[in-house]
Amino acid sequence: MSFINYMAREINCKLVYYGPGLCGKTTNLQYIFERTNPEHKGKMISLATETERTLFFDFLPLSLGEIRGFKTRFHLYTVPGQVFYDASRKLILKGVDGVIFVADSQIERMEANEESIENLRTNLAEQGYALERLPFVIQYNKRDLPNVASSEELRQLLNKSNVPDFDAVARTGVGVFDTLKAVAKLVLTELRKGSGG
Amino acid sequence: MVNPQMVMYEEEFNQIQVVVDRLVRDANAKVVFIVDKNGQLIAAAGDIDNVDTTSLASLTAGNIAATGGMAKLLKEQEFATQFHEGEKANIHIQLVGNRVILVVIFDAKSSLGLVRLRVKKASEELNHVFETLLKKAHEPGTDSPFAEITDEDIDNLFND
Repeated sequence: MSFINYMAREINCKLVYYGPGLCGKTTNLQYIFERTNPEHKGKMISLATETERTLFFDFLPLSLGEIRGFKTRFHLYTVPGQVFYDASRKLILKGVDGVIFVADSQIERMEANEESIENLRTNLAEQGYALERLPFVIQYNKRDLPNVASSEELRQLLNKSNVPDFDAVARTGVGVFDTLKAVAKLVLTELRKGSGG
Repeated sequence: MVNPQMVMYEEEFNQIQVVVDRLVRDANAKVVFIVDKNGQLIAAAGDIDNVDTTSLASLTAGNIAATGGMAKLLKEQEFATQFHEGEKANIHIQLVGNRVILVVIFDAKSSLGLVRLRVKKASEELNHVFETLLKKAHEPGTDSPFAEITDEDIDNLFND
């Protein structure tokens, strides 16, 4: 649910990075944080365990610039990927405007990817959202590793509705901004379509 | 979209600002702010230059969401009030009309009793304003300023 503030002349949107444990959601945010000018970003917050696994969420506020005199602000969130944190994942999806699914390209993580995207679908449905109707993009991460499935295989498995998808190596930043831009564009396009609420 | 879009207009914003400004004074608070349940900051007052209100807003919403999740498990509607006591700073968090969150940060210059009392009155006023706002957002003819943006406008955002 975007928030339009006529007084401050700004629009706020919420993007959520979803995906199985250790797929690179936090790494995406860290890269965006490192590579964004200080005037366009706020503090990055990570609620993580002592072993740096996401416990509740990561949060990064970004401002992208102005459209027709309105500042566009995006709040980026990640969910905890580990299976048993499902209750927390549901909470973070509340009020979401756009979703990025980060898939782990390694062959041994295919089942985890499938399970996670199904979990995303279920958790969205619980709140009355259909994944097909939300701005949604997919990122195939860790393309630099030796044991990866081909992009084509990943696409067949995870991207049945043919949404924009990107190869990525989040650690070095490959594909990170392409993914973010794609979903941000979809969200803004959706705002235009859904004008008036 | 399932959820109605949250919209803030000048008139209501000013009314809200009056309430939070007054709450800072009446409750002897350091900072007062209002966040929607998704973590968007709506208004703030007091010594806000020394706190990161954006981060606080998102964490407050996360906190309320987690507490709401616990309430649900215990078959409670909501835990509408939370209080965190620190050595120097304290935070009082109040859910208003199950829509927005009113946060008051205070120190030894105030007391929990005073804050609770003032928050109660402010909540009623805020609830009224947000009800009006919600009705207004549902009125036909309140088009979003984004209705007429072009693909070019969107592309221009990313030309850096």
